[in-house]
Order: sequence, then structure tokens, then C-alpha cells
Amino acid sequence: MSSASLNPEASVAADSGHQPLRFYVPEPKCRPGSAPDFSGIQLPTEVLPRPPVDASQDQLHAYAYGLIRVLGDDHKIIDEWNPQLDANVLRKGLRSMLLTRIYDQRMLRAQRTGKTSFYMQCTGEEAIAVAQAMALEPDDMCFPSYRQQGLLIAREWPLVDMMCQVYNNSEDRMKGRQLPVFYSAKKAGFFSISGNLGTQFVQAVGWAMASAYKGDTRLAAAWVGDGTTAEADFHYALTFAAVYRVPVLLNVVNNQWAISSFQGIAGGEVTTFAARAVGYGLPGLRVDGNDFLAVYAATKWAIARARAGMGATVIELYTYRAAAHSSSDDPSGYRPEGEGALWPLGDPIERLKQHLIAIGEWSQEQHDALTSELTEEVKSAGKEAESFGTLGSKGTSPSTMFDDVYKELPQHLRRQRQQLGY
Amino acid sequence: MPSMNMIQALNSAMDVMLERDPDVLIFGQDVGYFGGVFRCTAGLQKKYGSKRVFDAPISEGGIVGAAVGMGAYGLRPVVEIQFADYIYPAMDQLTSEAARLRYRSGGEFSAPITVRTPCGGGIYGGQTHSQSPEAMFAHVCGLKTVMPSNPYDAKGLLIAAIEDDDPVVFFEPKRIYNGPFDGHHDRPVKPWAGHALGEVPDGYYTVPLGRANVLRPGTAVTVLCYGTMVHVCLAAAAESGIDAEVIDLRTLMPLDLETIEASVRKTGRCVIVHEATRTCGFGAELSAQVQEACFIHLEAPIERVTGWDTPYPLAHEWQYFPGPARVSEALTRVMEF
Repeated sequence: MSSASLNPEASVAADSGHQPLRFYVPEPKCRPGSAPDFSGIQLPTEVLPRPPVDASQDQLHAYAYGLIRVLGDDHKIIDEWNPQLDANVLRKGLRSMLLTRIYDQRMLRAQRTGKTSFYMQCTGEEAIAVAQAMALEPDDMCFPSYRQQGLLIAREWPLVDMMCQVYNNSEDRMKGRQLPVFYSAKKAGFFSISGNLGTQFVQAVGWAMASAYKGDTRLAAAWVGDGTTAEADFHYALTFAAVYRVPVLLNVVNNQWAISSFQGIAGGEVTTFAARAVGYGLPGLRVDGNDFLAVYAATKWAIARARAGMGATVIELYTYRAAAHSSSDDPSGYRPEGEGALWPLGDPIERLKQHLIAIGEWSQEQHDALTSELTEEVKSAGKEAESFGTLGSKGTSPSTMFDDVYKELPQHLRRQRQQLGY
Repeated sequence: MPSMNMIQALNSAMDVMLERDPDVLIFGQDVGYFGGVFRCTAGLQKKYGSKRVFDAPISEGGIVGAAVGMGAYGLRPVVEIQFADYIYPAMDQLTSEAARLRYRSGGEFSAPITVRTPCGGGIYGGQTHSQSPEAMFAHVCGLKTVMPSNPYDAKGLLIAAIEDDDPVVFFEPKRIYNGPFDGHHDRPVKPWAGHALGEVPDGYYTVPLGRANVLRPGTAVTVLCYGTMVHVCLAAAAESGIDAEVIDLRTLMPLDLETIEASVRKTGRCVIVHEATRTCGFGAELSAQVQEACFIHLEAPIERVTGWDTPYPLAHEWQYFPGPARVSEALTRVMEF
């Protein structure tokens, strides 16, 4: 076959008198081998004030295209959205973010040494889950994706329990059925994670509909990534949330990458993800996802709006996936090395730390001490978790494989269990 | 005892459960004010209010997805998919989510939801108002799959489904909503009034899931069927003069293998009948199970009478629909083997 016939544009005779149509495929600005370049990202200079929670759709339009920031580049507070948090609360947030990062580092090492089959870090995105967990009430129900482990950590869920799930060991409450990091913790208001992307978005809406139906006071919050917004469930969730004025927070973590696909492939090249909300008649807020205070403040606004009976808010959390997609992924195959270090919104932990130092509530010495303390805490939890086994050693009995398919064990599963020898 | 058609019986089941359990709520396309395109939810919104019985956007994935979330909260949503032919956008929520939630969360969360959906052909419904996709759901571990064949069972099974703590896909053969249909499309339509199984108690009762019903005891051959085909098979037994034992499975998953086995061991022959297409249809599973459990008792190959492996046609409805003549021929073949 000649190379000319492999070019689809050349294969159609255009005698119509029209210019040939052009097929467009978005491409990220930089690929491996080229220097990272974020010059196209314009941080808005205009500071949008905190609107009243009963603001109309017209008044809120700009928030879907702007960027809510509280921590300026000088680590001082831009006052418009200042959530007025006590230094103790900020230090707690810093602690949870740092603990999340150290936990991630240890569990990735555990994967590399064969103690588990798989792991996913949330490096660079810690402010999102931690600040949002702190803004929500402890009994508000979270419907996370696989990259919100910070929710569990901020809610002080035992690390050992999380690790046992990652190790699929004898204390794994999911009994070795789930891929590592697919946690479930009902008592922590953390819904069971599914591998199927986006399904939890509309489930969160249903949960919040149920809460409203019962006259409960609990809200639901859900998270998807930028890539997952292309799933049909995203559309279902926004439609249902708008139709029934559902008390739910619909968060889109735009970390620029869906495995190897840049966010332009999900539709982010021509508009923002927060702007998706506008067409559904929902408020869309675009927030600096690496700014703990901004994430907290925007989340509180959405919570207040939901509690006032005004329904759902879509929050786009603008961030950068600093680490690999997962332990099975090598980003050097699709994006420039060192891109994360140049991300214009910086690192969430570093920014909160510098802010606390700037206001005289933290020091490098305290930070170093906290880092050592948390490293020890993770290490000690790791040892305890490993005492219950790691992948392939001391798991749950294979007989449990047949449980929980249904509430009661049906006859055919009883027979299959017997065939396996249990 | 009042006489009800299947629509009234289903309506009565939902009425009973709305009355008994404040956690039961009903939604779907056109089910609220209008009462459903088949009238199954008629009057329920008026009686229980629009917060308990309400219209939903045209969004099968959204309807089932929201129901899964409600189930996780602790409610018992009963949702309607207007036609089984339109259930596919909800496949991901049903197979990946509802069916696996209990398992994947180690029992922390579950989806006690009921998905009602009219199915089956014989109504000139063409490709997208006639399908019988039950095998796709029976194949999904974690789901229960139910299909009644008469008003009495419809009500009792639906109440049992709503009360069940696992997700149930509840198929309603729309051809027999108003009366039993034996496949003789050239004869006048019979109403349920006067039929023994059209006698339906007003109040609460259940027909347990997972139990088949021997509708016509016989000694010559076991006929396994469900939905509209039950009536076709009863007609075929009468017309062929073959003493067939006709078993209405009622629930496909979990399957009542005990009743099936006992019957085939007795008769030594088995014919399986369903409207759905043949290849990988539920009949294949039934055939395999019967062969495994009753091999030494079988005196003839197991026959399957099913829809052809084509999309459901419109003009050729009666060449497609497995009618009593085709079932009778199969009964004769297994008897003469």
C-alpha cells in the first residue's frame, strides 16, 4: 500500500467546490523531550468576591471561568474568600495533608517491594480531600473516586485499616475482594469505591435525594476527575441534581491528566469544567485546588447553599497530578519530565506551610518535627498492618469469596463453595 | 377475592408497600402524575404525594444510579424503566454497581432496589418494544431476576422483590398485562377476569423469590418456561395431548433447581421455552443444569423453543414469536425420540 493511500484526507476526491473538512484532535502543548511550558495558563488577576449563597445564576456566571484563590503568591491572604480559620485548624489541615503524602510514599514503596499489587498516590492533590473533609460535617456522606484518600485521613480513620485493605490481608474488611485503594468505610462517611468511573457521581445525588426525602440534615459530596466528566454519569448527576435541587456537592478534580490523556481530550481545551454547570442551571465554582484555604472556603459556600435548600454546586478544583497515574503507569511516556515542579499553582502542602510561617504560626523546625513524627506514625501503622499479612500471605479464607454476593448464600453458591473444598 | 389484571396487581403491590414502609418510593419516566404509560402506577402519586411517587428525567442510567445511592442511604426505591429494551443505558449501574455493592464493600453497603421493566413481544412492538433481555441480568452475580406470568404472582413477587435486601430486576411481560395470551393471535384477547390466577388478595402477601410453580402436573415431559410463554406452553400441552408438566420458573436467579430436577427425573424429558433469542439465552443455562443434574434420567435430547437469533422483527411477529404450534412440535419430537 502506498503511503498516500494511508492518508485519509487524500483519499476522498473533493470535486464539490468546498474546501476539504479538517479533522481536529487536541494535543497537549508539551510532550516528553520538550521543556515543560505552562505559559498558556493565565491565572486570573481579577479577584472575585464571595457571593451571597442565594446569588442568582447570572451573578455566579463569572465564577465558572475565574479562579477562586485565598493564598496569594506571597503566601498572604487575599481577603475576599478568607474563611477566617483558626491557626489550630490550619495546622490540623497541614498535618492531614502531610500524613496523606507520607502514607502515599510508604504504600508506593510497599507496592515496589511486592507487598501489594497496586497503588495510587494523590500527590499534589492533598488539599482537596483534606480541606473538603474538614469543611464538611463528619457524617456528611462522601462518594470519592480512587484519589481522595485524604478524606479518610482528615476524618482520622485508622491508617492500619486502610493499609490492611491495600495489603488484602486477614484484617481487610473487604476480604481481599477489591483492588488496593478501593476503600470502603461507612463509619467514616466514605462510600465504597468502584473501578467504574463516574458511577458514584449520580449515586451521591441519589443519596442526597434520600437525605432530603427523609428530612435528614446530612449532605452528600462526590468527586470525579477531569477525564471522568466525559462519562454519561456526569451528565446524569448534574441533570438530577438540578431537577430535584439536591443538597450535594459535585467536585471535579481537574489534575490535567487522565492517565496519559491531557484534559483537552476530556473537553477542557475550549472551556472550563466548572462551566459545565452553567448549562444545567447549577453554580459552578473554579477553585485553586492547591490552595487549602480556597478549597475550604468554596466548599463552605457550597455547603451553605445546599443547607439553605438551594441545591447543588459544581466545584472544579484546579490542580496538577504530580505523581504517576498509578503504580502501573510511567508518565515519562507522555509528558515532560519535571512538569509538576513548574505547575504555576505550586504544591498545596508547601503553600499552607509557608502561609502558616508567614503569619507566625509555624516554623521550619516545627515542620521538620511534624514530618518525623508522621513518618514514625506511618511506619508503626505499617508494621502493625503487615503483621496481619501482605498480599499472598495471611489473607482471608477463600470460603469468604462466596459471601456477600447476596445477603443470604443461595444454593448454587453453596454448591460452588463446596466444589472449592469449603 | 377481587379480580385484577396484571397492571392492577402490580399497582396494588406498590400501593401495599408504599403504605407499609415509608422508605419505599417510586420513580421513573411518566410514573408520577400520569401514572405510567401502562397505568401501573396510576393513582399512587395522588394517594402518597409527589415526594414518594414522582417523574424522572429520561435517563435510565440516572434513574438506576440515583436508586443505588438511595439504597445505600437505606431507602427501598422501586424504579421503572419504561421498556426493557431501554434498560441498556443503566447496565453499568446495574452490573457494576447495584449487583456488586454488597460484595465489594464487605457488606457495608447494599442496594435494596427493585427495577421494574415491561418486557416481551407479541404486541407488534418491533425491535425496541419487544425484547426479552433477562439472560443478560441472570448472568450478573449479585442480581436477582424475576418474571411473573399472572396477576397473583405479579403482586406477590413484586412485594417480595421490594422487601428483598438485594437488587431485583423485575420483568413484566406486557403482552399479558391485560389477559393471558397463549400465542393464538388470531383469536379474541381474553381478559384476566375469570382466570383463577386473576384472583388477587387486596392486602399484603408474598410469593417467595427463588421458587418455581408447577402449573400443570404431568408425567410425559417437563416444560420449563416463564412469562408469556407459560400460557403458550399450557396451550401446547392441551393441543398436543401430551401430558406435559409445565413449570413456571417465576425467578430465574436464584433458580429453583430442586423443583426442576424432581420433575425431569420423573418425566425423563425436557423442553425449554422462552421468547428471548436462543444463543446464550437463559435456556442454555437451563439446558446445561438439567443435563448435569439429570443425565441418567434423560431419554431424549433437551429441546429449546425460543425466539430466533435475530433482532425482534415487526412484520414477521408471528413467525418470530414462539407460538403453541412450535412448542407442540418440540413436545412431539422429544416424545418420539
